Amino acid sequence: MSTAIGFKNVSKHFKGAGYNAVDHVNLSIEHGELITILGSSGCGKTTLLKMINRLYEPDEGRIEFFGEDISSSDPVKFRRKIGYVIQQIGLFPHMTVADNIATVPKILKWSKEKINARIDELLELVGLEPGEFRNRYPAQLSGGQQQRIGLARALAVNPDVMLLDEPFGAIDAINRINLQDELLKIHAASKKTFLFVTHDINEAFKLGTRVLIMDQGNIQQFDTPDNIVENPANDFVRSLIDSVKGQERFIGD
Amino acid sequence: MIDYLLRYHDKLFKAFLEHIEIVFVTLVISIILAGILTYIMMYSQLLTKVMMNLFAMIYSIPSLALFSILVPITGLGKDTAIIVLVLYNQYLILRNAIDGLNNVEASIIEAATGMGMSKSQILFQVRLPLALKAIFSGIHLSVVSTIGIATIAASINAGGIGSVLLDGLRTLNTAKILWGALLSSGLAIMVNALLNIIEKRLTVIRNI
Repeated sequence: MSTAIGFKNVSKHFKGAGYNAVDHVNLSIEHGELITILGSSGCGKTTLLKMINRLYEPDEGRIEFFGEDISSSDPVKFRRKIGYVIQQIGLFPHMTVADNIATVPKILKWSKEKINARIDELLELVGLEPGEFRNRYPAQLSGGQQQRIGLARALAVNPDVMLLDEPFGAIDAINRINLQDELLKIHAASKKTFLFVTHDINEAFKLGTRVLIMDQGNIQQFDTPDNIVENPANDFVRSLIDSVKGQERFIGD
Repeated sequence: MIDYLLRYHDKLFKAFLEHIEIVFVTLVISIILAGILTYIMMYSQLLTKVMMNLFAMIYSIPSLALFSILVPITGLGKDTAIIVLVLYNQYLILRNAIDGLNNVEASIIEAATGMGMSKSQILFQVRLPLALKAIFSGIHLSVVSTIGIATIAASINAGGIGSVLLDGLRTLNTAKILWGALLSSGLAIMVNALLNIIEKRLTVIRNI
């Protein structure tokens, strides 16, 4: 396995904040992993994610994408190698489902046949019947269906890395569980690197091959779900795990 | 009144056509200029602020005053009228266009940026189609306002329906006053109604 993403001593500070949003973070993510980044709001998890596709630039340190320093890339072109899914979805309301998915393939000047074939393939992948959904507009879809399209759109050009920022945070519980299961399948089939930000402990432990727990801009623990449960690195992690231990849904059952 | 129409229908018709000509030329220039300015303003917030304040200030000047100020520079007639009307329209069109382009939901812009769309791709493929209704509202306002203010332009010899009205007022000719008022208000009301219908259609298409 090769290293997909590396953080070398990366910090990010926002004006007026008392502490660094991300504080001297070092980490290395192997290609093909599904990393969940867990923490409460304001812990720096979204900042960490947005530095990878250069929506934020770090104040200090270096981020590597398959060994190359990302700061030397053209940010617009670089982002096309990365799928990006956000909680608010952000589908283009004036475009059909097909046109939404085709956005980046069109920018990359794929042929019409290739784009059409890819749209059908992706719709099937996210569990929506192409014939029925291709020509719908976002307003004609439920929240869960919209996020499936958001996922399909991000996967359109088969990016090596997918960044998902609380993608299922606004979706009802039943749909969320279905989407989580499908995301696991999509990840397994794609063999690509997924980074998934969430504040839901159950979700983080269910999906992650490794879980990165953050608090106040620092990594508290970064390990497999089993190892974290068995050997919590500190009191913060311990209390986090204790807070859900009583729940039946907790992983490991 | 009918008598006047029968005797001077060609004169009335000529004034009416002149009026439409002024409105049409003004609109074409206004829309092209506003399009260019909007494009430039999308790349600088400071410039947007400066220009919007400038056009707001110009818009607040009473039309008769602005016509009079420009007469020594650009002379009497149609050209001066069109310059003033274009200046007024910039405020109406730009304010709506800039608001519409900037008020696209932040999450949509974030998704577009995150997937690797450039600034101009976002402007033309995302912001512009989503701002169409706001942009059209601005043009709608400017059309109606141009029809109205063009009437006053008769005071600097620009011609149009206003000249019929002014002549009527000067000579206390009731038929002329009535025809002038009827034509100018009728034109404004008809065009406004037409634009309302188009605007509604636009909304229906957009809110599928």
